[in-house]
Amino acid sequence: MKQLALVIDLNVCVGCHACVTSCKEWNTSGSAGPLSDQNPYGADPSGTFFNRVQTYEIGVFPDTQTLHFPKSCLHCEDPPCVPVCPTGASYKRAEDGIVLVDYDKCIGCNYCAWACPYGARELDEHKKVMTKCTLCVDRITDQSRAEAERKPACVMACPTNARLFGDVHDPESEVARAIRERGGYALMPEWETRPANQYLPRRVSGSSADGK
Amino acid sequence: MRPAFSVVIFTTLTGAGQGLFLAVYFTELVALWSNAVLPPAIFVTAGAAMAAGLALLGLAASFFHLGQPGRAWRAAAMWRTSWLSREVIVLPLFIALCAAYTAAHHLGGTGFAWTGVFALLACAALFLCTAKIYMCLKFLQEWASPLTLLNFVLLGTASGCTLAVSLALALAPQMLNALCGASMVMTLAALGARAASLARNARLRPKSSLQSAIGVANPRIRQTSQGFTGRSFNTREFFHGATPQKVRAVKWSFLLLVFLFPVVLIAVGMLADSPSLLSIAFPVQYFGLLAERWYFFAQANHPQNIYYQAMA
Ligand code: SF4
Ligand code: SF4
Repeated sequence: MKQLALVIDLNVCVGCHACVTSCKEWNTSGSAGPLSDQNPYGADPSGTFFNRVQTYEIGVFPDTQTLHFPKSCLHCEDPPCVPVCPTGASYKRAEDGIVLVDYDKCIGCNYCAWACPYGARELDEHKKVMTKCTLCVDRITDQSRAEAERKPACVMACPTNARLFGDVHDPESEVARAIRERGGYALMPEWETRPANQYLPRRVSGSSADGK
Repeated sequence: MRPAFSVVIFTTLTGAGQGLFLAVYFTELVALWSNAVLPPAIFVTAGAAMAAGLALLGLAASFFHLGQPGRAWRAAAMWRTSWLSREVIVLPLFIALCAAYTAAHHLGGTGFAWTGVFALLACAALFLCTAKIYMCLKFLQEWASPLTLLNFVLLGTASGCTLAVSLALALAPQMLNALCGASMVMTLAALGARAASLARNARLRPKSSLQSAIGVANPRIRQTSQGFTGRSFNTREFFHGATPQKVRAVKWSFLLLVFLFPVVLIAVGMLADSPSLLSIAFPVQYFGLLAERWYFFAQANHPQNIYYQAMA
């Protein structure tokens, strides 16, 4: 069975937020309606995003590394957000493993957001329904696009190729190979959600950060 | 978590309604079994009608929690997997069965105690559904414990018994002593369970850490940016925003208002034969329960908060 997912290469992410803005642009422009912003140019802005890039400092000065860390829905293989949904608006697609929300069924009860340990879901303040990363489902399945363009907007935008996309269940795929050969790992494994998205750890060499 | 007022009101009102039904029904059952005088039919009908009314008010409050209340009916769909969906089915069922029990007594007088069995089953199922909604989220470690169920049952029953005391003052003076006793016993039992869950939660160690959240083993990690300088759903929904002092003040307030004051009011009210003391016990306890439920939500620490520690 197919499981589409992203693999994030933490070695090359430079924290430029190109994936954040291209995600917002694509997903606010489609037929599903806008990802709204509240007070975007005011003193207290707020808004819905499917993807964020965070930054962490690892170690203690002067032995530090800066880690840029993109974070979005991980399309878990055992998603705790799905069975709790009372309406069936949240579901995991059998054909490709994408976890989606049916905006026409969602009652905006927030329960699925409580049930996601990663904080990957955001209730849109304007639509009043739950939203989250769709892996650009309307783009990757659009047969009118050239094959090379049938990828999520974030993947297309990333200037350093830090975002790989494909079927993690196909052992020959780029993503499966990357996970296998480069030690791909899942976030918060303690909750047994089996995230489909994985992260490639940094291979730090010759820097002071690994003590050499 | 940020305590949502609609849910605080919903769970406390419905719990008191369930407890009131239990108090009224058990008063009737005990009288039947012990061949004592039955409680007046008006006490039973008024009590059960009030129980249904409180649950109905709770249901109304729950709508304010929804982004799309007009579609609320859809929530009955996924009862196979979702405790929330099951609650959405069982709550109206409890209200309807409570109303049926009321109607049976109103029309047929006594001799209709058996009609309460169905409402009793729905009442138990409703406690289970409500508690399971919270218990089943295993990474909300403060909630993922059988104590959550025990607390919902005992706090609901205690507040219902205390409300039944006020009702008996007006409609069934011969039941007053028994209900005062029930209110004090249930309130003390609830104190035991709540104290146990406070003690448990104080000792909890979070399973998730910054290390497991980003998958880096280094013990020294610090977030320098959560990715945006504004706010988002994540920074609103999962943080209560109160100072530790305020949280502590809420805890001590509810310990006094839910447990100590009502027991003292009822005990002194009984000894001094003072209807006014007896009848303020419920408002005091209910007000305390609002604080208790606020604390229940605020105390739950969502692992997603690990990702939102530094603005920029
Ligand atoms: S990351 Fe969260 S929202 Fe996405 S599938 Fe997993 S549990 Fe659900
Ligand atoms: S917010 Fe919407 S998708 Fe989430 S659990 Fe409620 S109804 Fe389901």
